[in-house]
Amino acid sequence: MPDLLLELLSEEIPARMQARAAEDLRRLVTEGLVERGLTYAHATAFVTPRRLALAVAGLAERSAALREERKGPRVDAPEKALEGFLRSTGLAREDLEIRDDRKSQVWFAVTERPGRAAAAIVAETVEAVVRGFPWPKSMRWGEGGLRWVRPLHGILCQLSTEAGSEIVPLEIEGIRAGDTTRGHRFMAPETIRVSGVEDYAARLERARVLLDPAERAGRIRHDAKQLAFAQGLEVVEDEALLAEIAGLVEWPVVLMGRIGERFLDLPPEVLQTSMKAHQKFLSVRDPNSARIVGYVVVANRETADDGATILAGNARVLAARLADAAFFWENDLRMPPEAMVAKLDGVTFHNRLGSQGERIARIAALAREIAPLVGADPDLAERAARLAKADLASEMVYEFPELQGVMGRYYAERAGEDPAVAAAAEEHYSPLGPNDAVPKASVSVAVALADKLDTLAGHWWIPEKPTGSRDPFALRRAGLGAIRLILGNDLRLKLTELLIGVMVANMQASKAAEAISRAGLLDELEKKGLRQDVIDRAFEEFASESISDFSDEEIRNGLLEVYDLIFFLTDRLKVHLRGEGIRHDVIDAAFQLGGQDDLMLLVARVRALQDFLGTEDGANLLAGYKRAVNILSQEEKKDGVEYSLDPHPSLAETDAERALFTALDAAEVAIAPALDAEDFAGAMTALAGLRGPIDAFFDTTIVNAESDIVRRNRLCLLHRIRTVMNRVAVFSAVEGG
Amino acid sequence: MTAIPASPRCFQDVILRLQAYWAAQGCAMLQPYDMEVGAGTFHPATTLRALGPRAWAAAYVQPSRRPTDGRYGENPNRLQHYYQYQVLIKPSPPDLQDLYLGSLAAIGIDAALHDIRFVEDDWESPTLGAWGLGWEVWCDGMEVSQFTYFQQVGGHDCRPVSGELTYGLERLAMYVLGVDHVMDMPFNDPDAAIPLTYGDVFREAEREFSRWNFEIADTDALLRHFEDAEAECARILAAPETDGAGRRIVMALPAYDQCIKASHLFNLLDARGVISVTERQAYIGRVRALARACADAFVAAEAVAA
Repeated sequence: MPDLLLELLSEEIPARMQARAAEDLRRLVTEGLVERGLTYAHATAFVTPRRLALAVAGLAERSAALREERKGPRVDAPEKALEGFLRSTGLAREDLEIRDDRKSQVWFAVTERPGRAAAAIVAETVEAVVRGFPWPKSMRWGEGGLRWVRPLHGILCQLSTEAGSEIVPLEIEGIRAGDTTRGHRFMAPETIRVSGVEDYAARLERARVLLDPAERAGRIRHDAKQLAFAQGLEVVEDEALLAEIAGLVEWPVVLMGRIGERFLDLPPEVLQTSMKAHQKFLSVRDPNSARIVGYVVVANRETADDGATILAGNARVLAARLADAAFFWENDLRMPPEAMVAKLDGVTFHNRLGSQGERIARIAALAREIAPLVGADPDLAERAARLAKADLASEMVYEFPELQGVMGRYYAERAGEDPAVAAAAEEHYSPLGPNDAVPKASVSVAVALADKLDTLAGHWWIPEKPTGSRDPFALRRAGLGAIRLILGNDLRLKLTELLIGVMVANMQASKAAEAISRAGLLDELEKKGLRQDVIDRAFEEFASESISDFSDEEIRNGLLEVYDLIFFLTDRLKVHLRGEGIRHDVIDAAFQLGGQDDLMLLVARVRALQDFLGTEDGANLLAGYKRAVNILSQEEKKDGVEYSLDPHPSLAETDAERALFTALDAAEVAIAPALDAEDFAGAMTALAGLRGPIDAFFDTTIVNAESDIVRRNRLCLLHRIRTVMNRVAVFSAVEGG
Repeated sequence: MTAIPASPRCFQDVILRLQAYWAAQGCAMLQPYDMEVGAGTFHPATTLRALGPRAWAAAYVQPSRRPTDGRYGENPNRLQHYYQYQVLIKPSPPDLQDLYLGSLAAIGIDAALHDIRFVEDDWESPTLGAWGLGWEVWCDGMEVSQFTYFQQVGGHDCRPVSGELTYGLERLAMYVLGVDHVMDMPFNDPDAAIPLTYGDVFREAEREFSRWNFEIADTDALLRHFEDAEAECARILAAPETDGAGRRIVMALPAYDQCIKASHLFNLLDARGVISVTERQAYIGRVRALARACADAFVAAEAVAA
């Protein structure tokens, strides 16, 4: 059972691509071997800045022999058919066999493929993998046509057993595989001959290369902690940065330095960001003051002076960087936040939505409107929104965009703004992703929500909606952010009303004077499942908000976009609630009631409904509902009539039928007040009372009675089941049952 | 014979050593291009020579202007006018990394004491429609060079691929000489009869140009010049390939001069803060269109020559 050792030695591989590349190498080579009939026991891949390596243990010595039979054309088929068959099999006519097949005779091609030696299969596989490697970005070099992440210099490809090792015969674009590699670029550049996987790793380590990235990261983590600890300090954890650093060195040597006294007053975020972004330094904190006071440099070599030159050089570079940062900080502090905001008047936000300054004015007005709904002081909310984007005009954020918000808070604090205003400058961007915390402070919530709704409405209007995988303005994230702000703060908002205001604010007056097609609009919205009274109300509201500024056509389009946006938010809500195990069809069942733009209420209804459907009563009632609706629609289709009149209890003939009438009356009486009180569990309980009567009805009563009057009355009764239940949710949208 | 000191002692010494080193590697020692450019890459010896099949090896100093980086001579590192050292070899030799490390040794950077690293930095010039893969080279955390394998220029695939090295001379020299403020850096031999610092040579120029770039430059005129250069570039390229005397002459180089002008004028407009974020993209697109047209013409001219 030979072991395979493969190493691809190249110029420096970008750190961010290394882990993925190692995994791809392992997967592609092992899959390739197996596809070619060569089995193996296990495989491990390694990566350093200069090499991708793979160890495959327990390879089969040969692939199994394969016998393949292929049936060709009939012997009396036209000559062309036989020629084609010979071409596709690569055989000559005399190689074929003739066999009896039912009533005729047929050509058969029988090929025996002997098993192949592991070396040949490995060579073929490695070449295919190298030529097709899925680097996120690859390049050519010199005069060659091969693509690799950076120029490829050497291939070590070796099969070894206890008896010895052999080089796999392989050559790709002039690079011939061998059994040698090189050590550390500077500390041990000589050629190293290896035999087997263990020997390879051991010799590399002697040549100052730690093959395993986890080992390199572990050594950095350990040494950094020790160095910091010795001075009573601690390393600020940053696993992503640690992994990146481990991808920049083959032989990590950890050094620690102190930040110059004159920079210690800079905000810790600025120190950390500057050191990380430019220098890839880990930050070191004083646990007593919680301030960043030092840094860890990871060098790629040992030196005769124990890293003194390296550390001094890094310290000088850092001092220059921090001098820049201090310069930005001091300049920014000289400019009050209002003056920064004024600069944004001249900055384009989007060429179809105007300047940042105009956008800020919209958000400020909206934050003021939202404030009472979230329990915030309207003046503070407006002020916070006015200043929230000020730092976009600061020099610090120009240099470090990732500090937007954080700097805004500092600058607002230094300018003596209310703490709530300063906090909102930082928090209004949140939540940024599904795991980012939702702001809780009322002023922050008002600004955050205003920011997101304005972004959404604006991009819906111009329109720049997300399509497929394209979402360059991160609108899905904004949508999820708005949803999480609402749900996370128990906000009761009528989204339609809010969004109409935001949409109007975002709409540019268009002078096209097309006659409004109100009927057409109603049709379109109805097709989307909205109730007519909901549409009417919204339309009036929309018109009253915007009548002086917009043509009817624009009002129409604006309103369509508002609803499209609400549908989009509902979709985002489905994605969000899926994580909590809530079914999308249950959300549909509630949403399809129409006018469901209060997300808290929608979610409360959805939760009650899903709980109810999980009970025996709920499941059976759903089945009964579906049965009723199926029969009803079948018969309506057959008769070409709608059975939507009120059924008459006096025409009931069976006890079960009469009981169903009584039960529906009782349910109806109970449901209305429960819904008014937003007591969805109560509404479900009222529905549960229908389960027995509906089951009993179907068990004992035939809907299609002989008497036409009785039959029609019963169909109308089915219709009433649907009507009563649909007050709570559109049960037909629920899957199953 | 006097011994050459292990380390350079002044700015020009760094340049001279790089010149000597790359000359010894067989590069043609070219002179700076006589136009205002933002980086050494704009020199036709790089941009255009990276195109087409003919082999090429050249090195040169290129004065470069970045109006937005002006700091009135006060910032220790930032200048609106600075020097780049540029090397372009086509096809890229297999030992280019070693050749590069040799150049660091030539200017006194001892790889046994320093930490030299190749850190991913893919180069892209939106105005030139060019990109390549490579690294920024770090010496003790300091970016000392840009190392790029050109993949595309002016929208054309580079075949063969050129290897490009760019050294930011002031920064590199400051590092090697241990100087913290660029203006304090010795320009010539500090023991010379008339020792000059970088500040003696350039401080006043930085002050004056910073003021002009940021405060005075006539934006209307700059805009007109931009449009003139753009129009002239198009006009040159629209001229028939055959001249009055029946000679076939594609004018890629004169057209490219106009492209360089437009690019620099755009940088000046940018420094004056009169270009909005969205307009920026549009201007970059306009310069790129010129660069592409010039690249097309150069490739056509190469074909004529071949």
